[in-house]
Amino acid sequence: MAKATNTEIIDLLGEKFGEQLFDVTEPYGLLTFSTTKDKVINALTFLKENGKINFNFLTDLTAVHYPEKNQIAVVYHLHSMVSGIRVRLKVFIHENEATIPTASTLWNSANWMERETYDFFGVKFEGHPDLRRILNMDDLGVHPMLKQYPLEDPNRVDKKDEYFGR
Amino acid sequence: MKHNQPVYTDNDPQSELVTLNLGPTHPATHGVFQNVLQLDGERIVSGVSTIGYIHRAFEKIAEHRPFYQITPLTDRLNYCSSPINNMGWHMTVEKLLNIQIPKRVDYLRVIIMELARISDHIICNTIIAQDTGATTTFLYLFQFREHIYEIYEEICGARLTTNIGRIGGLERDFNDIAFAKINKFLKEFPVALREFESLLNRNRIFIDRTAGVAEVTQENALSFGWTGPLLRATGVDYDVRTSEPYSSYQDFDFEIPVGTSGDIYDRYLVRNEEMWQSVRIIEQALEKLKSEPAGIFHADVPEFYLPGKEQVYNNMEALIYHFKIVMGEIDAPKAEVYHAVEGGNGELGFYLINDGGRTPYRLHFRRPSFINYSMFAKMSEGMLLSDAIINMSSMNIIAGELDA
Repeated sequence: MAKATNTEIIDLLGEKFGEQLFDVTEPYGLLTFSTTKDKVINALTFLKENGKINFNFLTDLTAVHYPEKNQIAVVYHLHSMVSGIRVRLKVFIHENEATIPTASTLWNSANWMERETYDFFGVKFEGHPDLRRILNMDDLGVHPMLKQYPLEDPNRVDKKDEYFGR
Repeated sequence: MKHNQPVYTDNDPQSELVTLNLGPTHPATHGVFQNVLQLDGERIVSGVSTIGYIHRAFEKIAEHRPFYQITPLTDRLNYCSSPINNMGWHMTVEKLLNIQIPKRVDYLRVIIMELARISDHIICNTIIAQDTGATTTFLYLFQFREHIYEIYEEICGARLTTNIGRIGGLERDFNDIAFAKINKFLKEFPVALREFESLLNRNRIFIDRTAGVAEVTQENALSFGWTGPLLRATGVDYDVRTSEPYSSYQDFDFEIPVGTSGDIYDRYLVRNEEMWQSVRIIEQALEKLKSEPAGIFHADVPEFYLPGKEQVYNNMEALIYHFKIVMGEIDAPKAEVYHAVEGGNGELGFYLINDGGRTPYRLHFRRPSFINYSMFAKMSEGMLLSDAIINMSSMNIIAGELDA
């Protein structure tokens, strides 16, 4: 099979999804685009099962918190081992309403990665079979990777975050 | 189920199942993680994995440290092959900063990474042998891990958590003793590895314990996100070194061994063959180094690479760069980058988002042990307890990488 290129993938996705995929960029050659949370499973299924592009491997699933925009971005990295191409799919959701459909119906590996994302960002994956904390203890009470939680004890005067760059 | 609540028992008095808490600290698990297993005799009916016992919040810490201070954090992911993690991190930042690395540095890095791969595979394979009852092979091959650590010591001064290399190159050139030790290793290790293989590859007991145990189909392995030797044992020839060559791996001639059934015996064979290929790569790298200009051990990027002390004290520009780098005031583009290297256990990925500040806005580690391990409880169902133990050994789960 000939190697699909980023432009071919963009054309194919544009044909299928049109305006539902937006913010298409290629930082460092890695095709990146965004979609909305009601379209994400459609997009992932298409990427996974379309024979031409064949992104059948979920490399990574994580989230990023943007407190100024009150948003959390859930980021999927997919990989097509056949053509050796990666894509990055982002879904921006509101931090007060952090829910998104689960991808564990498509890949078993999403199970633990979604648990990790839930643990650290509080993103609730709807339909996940076993959405519990995974690395932190159950009674932690917060989702520690959210930006409002400081790294060091806020009461200490000698270890303020600003002395460490941020 | 909560952490620190290790025991749960079946409340049904009629039940004939036994609950076994395998871990958090059990000598057979080689790491701090727990599996609560329901046993019917010696057979596992169901299992629940609990992880996170040595979680150290590296991703959170990384958001508060300049780039060069994150290297020591990566040491502590897969601490059996820390140099690969270090190099992976340096290459991620170099990709972000668009730094071109000289060929000689690439080759030196390849030598370090392949030594690390050998030491990682030595640990895994000897421990499979140990868990099937072959203590001799464990003690015999394990001394070469010590020799590799002595080479690290010559290169960077440390042994386990190496913090080897810098963004833009290496912190110092290899000295003559390092090259002498590498050459000695290349002479002695193949002899020992051949003997190790002759003790195990056709050993009836070893084959009975491993062949046909914990077979995994390609579909399952891909669906569970397996990479590295585990995926290759099922027959998928995916290796980051060839699919997306980094650090000049495209210049080397080596093969990607694959298995057929994905069972423990195949994983063992794949790792053994990878050690042979690593030896081949190191030999080629030493050969290639001869035609490269001597003495180059970092790229010429004074704004990112920490200058030597003698320059800092005598040269104004060097002093300025020194100050800016140490304070984390480097000019990094606002961008996001994903870079993957082939770690000992599979694809080790770094997802870095930089917003122009002193520290990453977000750094995520794609840790192969974490993703590989998610299948363990499920694949143990129906397996004998003793098989599940060697299955875990053959997955080479490193607690540091599992928990980050």
